[in-house]
Amino acid sequence: MTQEQVQQIKNNPKYQKLVGTRSKFAWTLTIIMLVVYYAFILFIAFSPETLGTKISPEGMATWGIPVGLAIIIFAFAMTGLYVRRANGEFDGLLNDLKNDIEKEMN
Amino acid sequence: MLGRILSLFMMASMTVAFAAGADLGEGTKAEELNVPAIVMFFIFVAATLGITYWASKRTKSASDFYTAGGGITGTQNGTAIAGDYMSAASFLGITGMVYLKGYDGLIFSIGFLVGWPIILFMISEQLRNLGKYTFADVTAYRLKQKPVRILAALGSISVVILYLIAQMVGAGKLIEILFGLDYEFAVVLVGILMILYVAFGGMLATTWVQIIKAVLLLAGTTFMSIMVMAKFGFSFDALFTQATQIHAKGVEIMSPGGLVSDPISAISLGIALMFGTAGLPHILMRFFTVADAKEARKSVFVATGLIGYFYVLTFIMGFGAIVLVLGDPAGSYLAADGATLKGMNNMAAVWLAHAVGGDYFLGFISAVAFATILAVVSGLTLAGASAISHDLYANAFATGKVDEKKEMQVSKMATIAIGIAAIFFGIAFEKQNIAFVVALAFTIAASANFPVLFMSIFWKKLTTRGAVIGGYIGLISALVLVILGPVVWTQILGNETAIVPYKFPAVFSVPVAFIAIWFFSITDKSDDAQRCIDEFDAQDIRCQTGIGSNGAVAH
Repeated sequence: MTQEQVQQIKNNPKYQKLVGTRSKFAWTLTIIMLVVYYAFILFIAFSPETLGTKISPEGMATWGIPVGLAIIIFAFAMTGLYVRRANGEFDGLLNDLKNDIEKEMN
Repeated sequence: MLGRILSLFMMASMTVAFAAGADLGEGTKAEELNVPAIVMFFIFVAATLGITYWASKRTKSASDFYTAGGGITGTQNGTAIAGDYMSAASFLGITGMVYLKGYDGLIFSIGFLVGWPIILFMISEQLRNLGKYTFADVTAYRLKQKPVRILAALGSISVVILYLIAQMVGAGKLIEILFGLDYEFAVVLVGILMILYVAFGGMLATTWVQIIKAVLLLAGTTFMSIMVMAKFGFSFDALFTQATQIHAKGVEIMSPGGLVSDPISAISLGIALMFGTAGLPHILMRFFTVADAKEARKSVFVATGLIGYFYVLTFIMGFGAIVLVLGDPAGSYLAADGATLKGMNNMAAVWLAHAVGGDYFLGFISAVAFATILAVVSGLTLAGASAISHDLYANAFATGKVDEKKEMQVSKMATIAIGIAAIFFGIAFEKQNIAFVVALAFTIAASANFPVLFMSIFWKKLTTRGAVIGGYIGLISALVLVILGPVVWTQILGNETAIVPYKFPAVFSVPVAFIAIWFFSITDKSDDAQRCIDEFDAQDIRCQTGIGSNGAVAH
């Protein structure tokens, strides 16, 4: 790629839209995941007894168990969410952009 | 020719195995010869050698060897990633940890899992768009080839060797207990098989070995978990209640406890597990086996689902083992002291298999556990061999002026060398603590590989100097902190108090690496630094869109 082509692609509004929305989406999901995971880690570090509280007085299960399972399911759901949007919307934008570039180069 | 060698080897190894087994079965060893396990194991070996033979006919170019020609689908690759990830440490180790400590085992599982979404959002498609065979391709994209490749290769090889040691020691111990064969014999057998898979079958064979093993492992653990839950009328409360009555720690096993005693260690472990995954060379390499970014994303989705599901099962199996193995009325799974398991806590999953499925299922799970180790060491070996042949030989020292045939020869020689080294280390480190070695591998991956990879993708002002100095500082600080820490300094070297009180130093070494990369980049005023910065935009376009990347399929 020449410097000119680089500038051309960078100035293409479709490129800006694709990169802008996708980066925002990816960073948002990353931050949510980090917050959820480190909240869990900080509970373990500073207040393990919270996760050790029983859900109901009769049973043995503690809150830590559904919370742990929920984090696993949440992580999976987040990847699903990202893949769905990336393989649909973002790839659509990308194909549009690629068509533009091909036209410009011909 | 190759077919004949493979079948000769198979016959020879079976004869040796049965002969050695028969000898040991006659009372010299504490454990009996496990015939169903050995039969099932050899069926697996025969099948995978068949695949290797098939793959060897299709592996012609370097791209075939490193990436299976980029022809693996997203679902297949996701299953293979899950296979890479559900190592013996995960299967036996985490089940054993839940068995021993209850809830704390789940903390490890979650840490191992949450790295995946981050890899997907931040790294997987960028890697696929920029790279060709190894993650060093990405870091060397705009930086100076030679120093960056050497750094990345050293990081890869350190992680690969440490991880290999853990797997080899695990394999040896497992075989000793399950099959009643000698430790050394087991280690040599694993080494020879992995050399065969990788040298002849390359990434194609390695991938299929992973897929088969992942499916077998998931099927086996699903069956075990269902059997466990069936015994408790599918009520978790019934399972937990019984477990707390049997376990020496009682209700403590239901909450976080002694595993991570201080906040710094908890946070540090969290960092190592999460970002370490994103720096494991054998995992990163898997993103080059698929056709494009779309398939790379799909791989992560499939892998996260399978790994998450598997970790839920290990939790059920761990608690199941407390009730059905530890609480077994006959006490037949316990060692002479009546408190610990035969073959230690890592065997909880294996004895549980016997408790719920009898001798043949025990045989099946043993064979699968061993197959797991074989598959993981193959993936590791391939990553190590690629670092040597592609990064060190072809790009750093021959500066790309090397023909593919020669590069493949080098990778095959590297495979054999790594195999022999793994056998040697496996025997030398027989007594080493496996969990510690794995944690060390993750710490190095998080401190040396991940920061450089991440910054080269996202940070425009990264320069060669920053990446190289920062990368080495990350690598060295991780190593030094571990050596001065409680495990090496006190437990291994026998000193009284550790200089660094933390087992897992990632909370220090990862930020140190990032700061060093930043500092030595912004103070770099050389021409090369300006070139690195100027070339970022073109890299970023390709990284974001894949425009200009010709895909892994280069034929």
